[in-house]
Amino acid sequence: MITDMMTPFELYQPSRVDDALALLNRYDKDAWKLAGGNDSFDWFKDRIKRPRAVIDLNGIAELKGVRETADGIEIGALTTLAEIARNPLVRQKYGLLADAARKVGSPQIRNSGTLGGNVAQDTRCWYYRDGLPCHRAGGNTCYASRPTSMNREHAIFGANRCMAVNASDTAPALVALEAKMVIRNPQGERVVEAKDFFIGPSVDITRMTILTPKDLLSAIRIPSKFANAQFYFEKVSDREAFDFALVNVASATIVKGGVIEQSSIACGGVESVPRHLKVVEDVARGERQNDATAKLVGQAAVRGAAPLNYNQFKIVLMQNLVARAIRGA
Amino acid sequence: MDYKLVGKDFTPPDVVAKVTGRAKYTEDFRAEGMLFLKLFLSPLPHARVTRIDASDALKMKGVVAVMTADDLPKIDPPDNTMLTNEPVYFGQPILAVAATDEDTATNAVEMIKVDLQPLPFVMDPLESLYPGGPDAQSNGNVSSDTVKLQTVKWKAQDFAAAREGQLPMGTASEEWSYGDLEAGFAAAKVVLDEVFVTASYSHMSQETRSAMAYWQNGKCYVHGSCQSLTNAVPGLARYIGIDPSQLVFIAEYCGGGFGSKGSAYPTMALPAHMSKKTGRPVMWRASRAEEYYVGSGRAGYQGRVKIGFRADGRITALDLYIVQDCGATTGYTDYQAAGACVSILYQPLAMRWRGIPVLTSTPSKGAQRGPGQNQMAPAIEPIIDKAARQLGLDRVAIRRINAPDSSGKVFDMRQKKLEPLTSAFQKEALDKGATLFNWEEKKKMSGQRKGSKVIGVGVGQCYHGGGSSGFDGLVRITPDGKLHIHNGVGNLGTYSYAGTARVAAEVLNYRWDHCVIEFGNTGRHLPWNLGQYGSLTAYTESRTNFVAATDAKTKLLEIAAGQLGGTPDDYSLADERVVSKSDPSNPSKSLTYAKAAEIAIGLGGKYSGKELPNDINPITRRAAGALAGTGLIGVSKDNIKRTASVPSLVAVFAQIELDLETGKLRILDLAAVADCGTVLHPQSFHHQMNGGAVWGIGMATLERWVYDPEIGRPANRSFHTQKPPGWMDVSVDMKVDAVHAADPQNPVGVRGMGEPIMGGTASAILCAISDALGGHLFLRHPVLPDMILNAAAGKAQAHKPLAVNTQ
Repeated sequence: MITDMMTPFELYQPSRVDDALALLNRYDKDAWKLAGGNDSFDWFKDRIKRPRAVIDLNGIAELKGVRETADGIEIGALTTLAEIARNPLVRQKYGLLADAARKVGSPQIRNSGTLGGNVAQDTRCWYYRDGLPCHRAGGNTCYASRPTSMNREHAIFGANRCMAVNASDTAPALVALEAKMVIRNPQGERVVEAKDFFIGPSVDITRMTILTPKDLLSAIRIPSKFANAQFYFEKVSDREAFDFALVNVASATIVKGGVIEQSSIACGGVESVPRHLKVVEDVARGERQNDATAKLVGQAAVRGAAPLNYNQFKIVLMQNLVARAIRGA
Repeated sequence: MDYKLVGKDFTPPDVVAKVTGRAKYTEDFRAEGMLFLKLFLSPLPHARVTRIDASDALKMKGVVAVMTADDLPKIDPPDNTMLTNEPVYFGQPILAVAATDEDTATNAVEMIKVDLQPLPFVMDPLESLYPGGPDAQSNGNVSSDTVKLQTVKWKAQDFAAAREGQLPMGTASEEWSYGDLEAGFAAAKVVLDEVFVTASYSHMSQETRSAMAYWQNGKCYVHGSCQSLTNAVPGLARYIGIDPSQLVFIAEYCGGGFGSKGSAYPTMALPAHMSKKTGRPVMWRASRAEEYYVGSGRAGYQGRVKIGFRADGRITALDLYIVQDCGATTGYTDYQAAGACVSILYQPLAMRWRGIPVLTSTPSKGAQRGPGQNQMAPAIEPIIDKAARQLGLDRVAIRRINAPDSSGKVFDMRQKKLEPLTSAFQKEALDKGATLFNWEEKKKMSGQRKGSKVIGVGVGQCYHGGGSSGFDGLVRITPDGKLHIHNGVGNLGTYSYAGTARVAAEVLNYRWDHCVIEFGNTGRHLPWNLGQYGSLTAYTESRTNFVAATDAKTKLLEIAAGQLGGTPDDYSLADERVVSKSDPSNPSKSLTYAKAAEIAIGLGGKYSGKELPNDINPITRRAAGALAGTGLIGVSKDNIKRTASVPSLVAVFAQIELDLETGKLRILDLAAVADCGTVLHPQSFHHQMNGGAVWGIGMATLERWVYDPEIGRPANRSFHTQKPPGWMDVSVDMKVDAVHAADPQNPVGVRGMGEPIMGGTASAILCAISDALGGHLFLRHPVLPDMILNAAAGKAQAHKPLAVNTQ
């Protein structure tokens, strides 16, 4: 019930990744990785999360910037969303990510918010963020799925004791671009597919990603597979800025002679992970890029959706957005 | 009328301080030894405190005191409390801790054990009215400023009589009517009967509530975030338990109040009590979430309206019923204002209004920008459009035929009768707005479809009272020749405290740079003025400044006559001198204001403020008394005749584009014309029109409280969950104008204008949304993307028709 007043913590501001990893190794579960702070400070001020040590990653230069690689680009996890939105390399070849980054929050949030923070952010289920003892918080109920719950912003897919959704705008874009997440920990480095980076409650109800306390997301690699493809990003939220998506869609489509050769598409705001729409990719492949195909894939996208009392509209919205993505407008 | 200052732009004195950061708001002040106060808020929507154990907290280093409701003057329910042993909404303050710093105070709050016995709670007024339904207060569920706390349960038959989705209408707690309602409906060609719901929601002031207090030489000094100044003094003194003469109140700047800080609020007195208990200065500043709880909100409605229309659109009969969500405490009289608003906007030939103010387990509701009118007009205006469609009438024409002119009336709840208007030109506002917007051409675009997007156009109106009278003015000419205009109205940010001050300068023929506005601190000796709210300042305080300046003028002329011979009538004012009318350029026949002020001091009596009029308020008497002997004092009660109600009206036009695939709305064009008499300060007028329109867009499309009815907790307690509009939601180059018809009952012709633009804009936007959807009525606001999507897809809405505090 106390808000806007953080509990004390030890603050570490390492300037090298190895130092950060050593701190994570030392504090393990008691450590909190701080990037832009837009998610963290909410938790801290509401005194719901009370880490013993906060590892501020903002001073680590090697975690920042966009680099061209042999097969695409690599983006440091601490690169700000504003920088990504205006980076010529990203805009030129991977405009989908630039478009998604530009839709996050507000200018202030994009100036401080980072790509790593945006994809690793916690869910925004209001019951959970209010500190209620739900399954995700270690309790034994889901407040969002009772007959009287206010669940307009909640999931229409993948419920498993938790109805929370992934709130990130860049996450669906990364899934659509088949990005690879570079994770470092004291034991070394591993690289995972973006679609495997995000996890649902059936895997671990207390986490949104595979990152464990000792893991550090250091970079995001975007392969050139979809460079200069036909991109579509759209976010629908109540407000045009400073708002989370009700539903967002990100797609990369390769069209030859009016026929969809390949597409990669993901939706946010509908499940606890960015929902990778393989079914849409299968349905669309080899079809002409037209209204009929768009309608078809829209219908395919929402098959199996299970709405709650207040979020049936997300089915219509997701169907429309996926259709628009495939239609290209 | 040709004025030198009135109607001209100028830079109010606090603007530079605000834009340079020099302005000191309440929480910027510090005092030697100052403690910080933090609150323990109720974690339940209704409960009884059975035990408080603060022993661990009191042992903490830096913790100085703990205060509970038992330490404070008793406030009887359902009035809003400072602290309470029976919290009636989630987040209500139970106790306060003072410590040497805010972190310690916060940590101490967490150490206090409070045992609570849960009590029944309710989020929906209709649930509370159902037989056996829960009550928000343990001794009642119906109350307002004019209705004593009582328990009201309707009969199950009342509920059964209403078909699914229809508002049950049991016995109202108040009602009025005029004309023959049944005959009116019988004579109507079209009769519509609709229910509607409007949302409760927060004021979202940028500056959260804050107060700092200390005691010195028998006086209590309070810095408080407040819209008003002298008007807040009696209430704040009462909360503190002292005589108003013992209170020094400082509130120079206010970071937004929008009605929620119109007068003293209970928590403003907490630092004073804690300061008395500890003997040290105490600061309290609410966090954003705390502001949501201890701040205030607009009262939502569940309503039903039946309207009869003649073939030409004239309203023959109108029957309105409002169930108001008051929050858990006394609430505000929005439901009454709704009746007045409808009565003036449409001048129905016969009308009945009924209302019942019901308590719910939600934070206190108070006045919020156009309380009552601004949620009413957007609820009813789309229904007027439905009638226009059925009758084949133009939507401006159906409003015009019903709109008031200067022979119009408004129903006055207090006097229980239709009151005349000082003046009204709403037909002109509609005409001028239609031209400004190009209605005739724009309406042809209605329903135009391009891909998934469809165009909608709409016109909306709203009303609010635009002036009061009977307060005091106080000016002073000092021997340095300066005019000090003492303004006790407050400074909520509209600059009307400064705009109205210019009326005094105008009367005395002063150069503006020779004037000083004294405001923001009762220590500057400020008169009894109205609070700064209700679109009332421009009208009311232009009168007080006019009468005070006129009194000074009379005294200047008398002094000149006394010094230079002749009668006061032989003299006039020019270039800050009193000059002979017959020989104005003769220096020996003139006196500078500076000299006159010196003479006034010498003369004493009424000239220097040693003698004061009998009819002024004690607060003005103290202020003028303190200034006595420092110059020529102009002081007077506003006794200018006012024989009618002062209206403020607006007509707004909107063109929108609705994306039927996303439910998103884009505003393409917005034009508004205010009927507000003379425009006192054009820049202020424009920023009020623009700012009020932003509020209207928020009301129409975004803002609402959402509560989980099972646990009684709010889903939105922050800016990003309450969602006031951002600039990208409102980025339209709004066209703004006024009718510019001077009001005959104000000395400079002005009427207020700050509030109705909000309800007018919300109305126009909602009418445009309905237009884009071929006349679909949502019958509630706000209308959000999910509702538009459901409507466009022909699907049922998620909410029940009468549900409140819901998604």
